Amino acid sequence: MDISTDMHSLKQEADIYLEKHGLPDRKDEEYKYTPLSKLIEKEFDSVVETVDSLASGKIEKIIPGWKANRLVFINGQYRDDLSVIVDESGLVIERLDNSDQISQKEIEQYLGQLAEPTSDPFVALNTSAMTSGTVSKVEKGSVIEHPVHLMFISDSSQGKAKSQYRNLFIVGENAQVNFVESFHTIGDEISLSNSVTEIVVSKNSVTNYYKLQIENDGEVHVGTSSIKQLDTCVFNAATITLGGKMIRNNLNITMESERCEANLNGLYLVTGKSHVDNHTAVDHKYPNCNSNELYKGVLDENATGVFNGKIYVRPQAQQTNAFQSNKNILLSDSATINTKPQLEIWADDVKCSHGCTTGQLDDEQIFYLRSRGISKEKARALVLYAFAMEVIDNIKIEGLREYLDERIAERLG
Amino acid sequence: MSKDDQILQEFTSKEYEHGWTVDLENDSAPPGLNEDIVRFISKKKEEPEWLLEWRLEAFRKWQDMEEPKWPNVSYPQINYQDIIYYSAPKQSAKPNSLDEVDPELRKTFEKLGISLEEQKRLTGVAVDAVIDSVSVATTFKEKLNELGIIFSSFSEAVKEHPELVRKYIGSVVPANDNYFAALNSAVFSDGSFCYIPKGVRCPMELSTYFRINAANTGQFERTLIVADEGSYVSYLEGCTAPMRDENQLHAAVVEIYAAKDAEVKYSTVQNWYPGDKDGKGGIYNFVTKRGICSGDNSKISWTQVETGSAITWKYPSCILKGDNSIGEFYSVAVTNNMQQADTGTKMIHIGKNTRSRIVSKGVSAGKSQNSYRGLVTVMKQAENARNFSQCDSLLMGDKCGAHTFPYIEVKNSSGLVEHEATTSKIGEDQIFYCNQRGIDTENAVALIVNGYAKEVLNQLPMEFAVEAQKLLALTLEGSVG
Repeated sequence: MDISTDMHSLKQEADIYLEKHGLPDRKDEEYKYTPLSKLIEKEFDSVVETVDSLASGKIEKIIPGWKANRLVFINGQYRDDLSVIVDESGLVIERLDNSDQISQKEIEQYLGQLAEPTSDPFVALNTSAMTSGTVSKVEKGSVIEHPVHLMFISDSSQGKAKSQYRNLFIVGENAQVNFVESFHTIGDEISLSNSVTEIVVSKNSVTNYYKLQIENDGEVHVGTSSIKQLDTCVFNAATITLGGKMIRNNLNITMESERCEANLNGLYLVTGKSHVDNHTAVDHKYPNCNSNELYKGVLDENATGVFNGKIYVRPQAQQTNAFQSNKNILLSDSATINTKPQLEIWADDVKCSHGCTTGQLDDEQIFYLRSRGISKEKARALVLYAFAMEVIDNIKIEGLREYLDERIAERLG
Repeated sequence: MSKDDQILQEFTSKEYEHGWTVDLENDSAPPGLNEDIVRFISKKKEEPEWLLEWRLEAFRKWQDMEEPKWPNVSYPQINYQDIIYYSAPKQSAKPNSLDEVDPELRKTFEKLGISLEEQKRLTGVAVDAVIDSVSVATTFKEKLNELGIIFSSFSEAVKEHPELVRKYIGSVVPANDNYFAALNSAVFSDGSFCYIPKGVRCPMELSTYFRINAANTGQFERTLIVADEGSYVSYLEGCTAPMRDENQLHAAVVEIYAAKDAEVKYSTVQNWYPGDKDGKGGIYNFVTKRGICSGDNSKISWTQVETGSAITWKYPSCILKGDNSIGEFYSVAVTNNMQQADTGTKMIHIGKNTRSRIVSKGVSAGKSQNSYRGLVTVMKQAENARNFSQCDSLLMGDKCGAHTFPYIEVKNSSGLVEHEATTSKIGEDQIFYCNQRGIDTENAVALIVNGYAKEVLNQLPMEFAVEAQKLLALTLEGSVG
């Protein structure tokens, strides 16, 4: 990609912001519970973005079986040999650094506009680098049969790995598409990935977006997904985290016109020393929009969960319905949950609510199962499985649902 | 203009009732803040050396602190050198009975509707009246003395019971706790002190009435309530201020200490001058209130009805240290015109089997902003902790805002924490239901809002519930809710 003046000034803006603010510390309200900067400075300061990756045998193993338009990146490098495109019509997927079918002008119209470099230090960091990643476009009126799956693999078998990805999805009018982003790790060392994804959802279109963090125990991840809903459209998202050293997901949705609907789901089922932080923000700017949010968490051993859900309802956004729910189960006394569901409302004719619970497994439910001859371990697993499935059931891709189902069942034993 | 709008208009332009001033001769310090002023106040109060030192230390810490910027409120920079830090109504000698109190002063209280004498006879509420942060009269003292209850102004307590004051002052809200608490610790001029001895159930409501009268002054009072083992006390606080064009600062500190099996109920009806409808003038109410359930089975309950102040910034909190201790927070916060409120609570669960309950009802009208900000922490050792929080917001008009910032931190798996919040306006179906049954819209709205706030109003002691309902009614007038 040629660096145009627009792109250049975007990067410059990011650099200036970074220079001025640096990475956030615990005094920063947004990063109060997640001391990312400390970890990053300690572990990754001297790490260069490495390229070498081999271990191809291992990689094939983690590529899931369900059929998709799949692009694979390892340590920031695109791997053509592992990637496959199955839907030829109505869909263009290109690399950010090598795009020719999607015009530079179109890219610049959105890139860095949804996720502004000055909105978050990690977005600035990503913008400042911005080399690896994808640009995708779904043509007007196209219904894409198979999901677009971006796989990001950190291979730390040669030492600590560090990578940054930038993705832009443009969904045309009346189109339908599923996007999946998944993060994986190979190797024993820790790795860092910082990704930014921007999604434009046009009029009358339906977009499903799934972000998975599955086999990534050594991963430190910061990801920001910024979505702009243009007019009368539906956006469904699910963020599933089953592992990771320190994970931070930002999901920002802006409703730029009337009659938009957004459904956000999240599941974090972690153990060990995992730290999972989900920040979501839904900005209702126009009337007659709906948003629904359900985040569930199960935390075992020394795991820490953080949830911050913001709902903004701007003064003119009358007739808004916005609901938010966060439910957590703590399985151990060393596990911690910090949650902050936040409503900011400036319009009066609205229905907004949030609920949040933290508790443990229901003894009565366990007893019910045990009285029917199910062992304690099995009963526990069953109850937790059912708890998690409420989120998984909302996933629209059958193959992905089964894939997650298996992983969760395996995890719970 | 539709009826609704009309009602809204009427309500939002309602004048402040307590906006009068009384010409009281004042004894005040020059404006500004420095070590000399702190010394001046201390000397005026004839305080012992240790208290002066305590104040000076707080002052030094305050100088190094920064004004907090995180509340969801905005106001012009306060110039702390413009404020008069000490202002006392002039009295020739300490009065022995109410008859000797300056008649002007008594008129003030009559205007406030708290005729001290009448209260004495009728309601059996012991009142400590504080004008411009100096306690001017305390009623029912003798009767309380018989039971061993100490209820007096802070400066009196410092003279008569220095050991108690010294032991508990700053024990719940340390001098350097936050910017405004530090400021208060340095310059507090008076306040109330209350001690309930072991096993005594205080037979009457104790009450403090605060009034800012003089111009340009800040009010910095300090309340300290100590409930010894097995005791019980219900404490009321009310406040008003004259209408003035400039903003006045009120930075108070309330500390509550509850020993084993003790119970303290603290109720506030806050009606400081809120400023006019363009947001001119009004009180900045920046208050630190905190209680500690230090012993097992103790209980602290906060109830507040917040209708006044240009800006309210307060979080009455409970530290649940003793096992089986209970913390409660009930709040109705009503904001109108240009008022801003950022209020809520903190429940810190430390002991085992601790329970807390939060019920917060916000009503915003006009162009006001109303925020709930709360923290529920369950520490690692707090087994079987239980919390339930509910915060509802009611919006009236499309120019106001309602915000919720609940922080929930749980570190123990046996804890059960629930939080729910809703934001809505009064449903048209609700109004319709009432209309159908012959209740006009105005009354229907009043009915609905009253029902909405009932859960909190029910917690208030009788004497205050009446006043609170009146205040709400004023807010409700013709309205809205």
